[in-house]
Amino acid sequence: MPSGESACCSCCGAILYRDLPDSINRSLALTVAAAILYLIANSYPILGINLQGSGNAVTLLQAVHDLWGQDMHLVSSLTFITAILVPGLELTMMLYLLIPLYRGHVPPGTSLIMRLLHTIKPWGMVEVFMLGILVSLVKLLQDFKIVPGVALWSFGCLTLLLAALASSFNHRDVWGHLDLKQRRGDS
Amino acid sequence: MIMMETGTLISYRKDTILSGVANLWQNGNQGIASIVFIASILVPLFKLVVLTLLLTSVRSGSTWGIGYRIKLYRIVELVGRWSMLDIFVVTLLAALVQIQSFATVKVGAGAIAFGAVVVLTMFAAREFDPRLMWDSLRKEREYE
Repeated sequence: MPSGESACCSCCGAILYRDLPDSINRSLALTVAAAILYLIANSYPILGINLQGSGNAVTLLQAVHDLWGQDMHLVSSLTFITAILVPGLELTMMLYLLIPLYRGHVPPGTSLIMRLLHTIKPWGMVEVFMLGILVSLVKLLQDFKIVPGVALWSFGCLTLLLAALASSFNHRDVWGHLDLKQRRGDS
Repeated sequence: MIMMETGTLISYRKDTILSGVANLWQNGNQGIASIVFIASILVPLFKLVVLTLLLTSVRSGSTWGIGYRIKLYRIVELVGRWSMLDIFVVTLLAALVQIQSFATVKVGAGAIAFGAVVVLTMFAAREFDPRLMWDSLRKEREYE
């Protein structure tokens, strides 16, 4: 397939293959950057509020924990899974795959991890969470003084990086490496 | 149902999703109000309608408007996640606004039901196999 082109299903128009130049290098760079931002975004407060001298600031994990304490187990675990757990897992698995591939060998369990990545992908909702932060910001502005936290900016950048990562990562590249390895093992 | 309870020194309010949207609108945040309205009311409704439509059409083996239906399916898969918006907002607000005696926000039972809708329809959309639509088209062609 020519570089940079894509093939579509003649029946329904779904994209079947895409050629993405230099996919592993680019994806690895984006993953590392996203992982750093992910750590920052989860360890610093997102928003702080201030009302007549008394205030409060929370990180995402604290928010989830507080909600759990209010007996809202379903809502808090939903937030935990979609905004913390799945993006974290996704980034870890990407690192596990991409670092060895970058060095030219295929890590064990590649096919399992690729399948897992595909399954959990729809449940990572960082971009939706980002919009959630913005809506909360507007709602809070009516009554409080807002102190934006470091994590607010890092979540914003994380959203962009994850989108860039999704469009630069080429599944077929990984499968291609796996194929090559198996063939080498046979001969 | 009640999504969120807000209590301050001077006022106490119970908000449903719709009243929350109305409140944002009145306070001059029309943009945000429409985002919330689309994400938490239009999108789930659209999803339920489209999924029902797709499933009934597959069951009856109809081939009508198959090109449109496949597009509808992709849209449902794409937009479904955005209805999580309100859950995130409620989480953040409930955790942040806990200044003793000044103001508190509590999550209402509506949020649980709402979260369940989002998760269930996401599962439903994933379980649906768009190939079923093409199956009925192929059968029809074989008859011809």
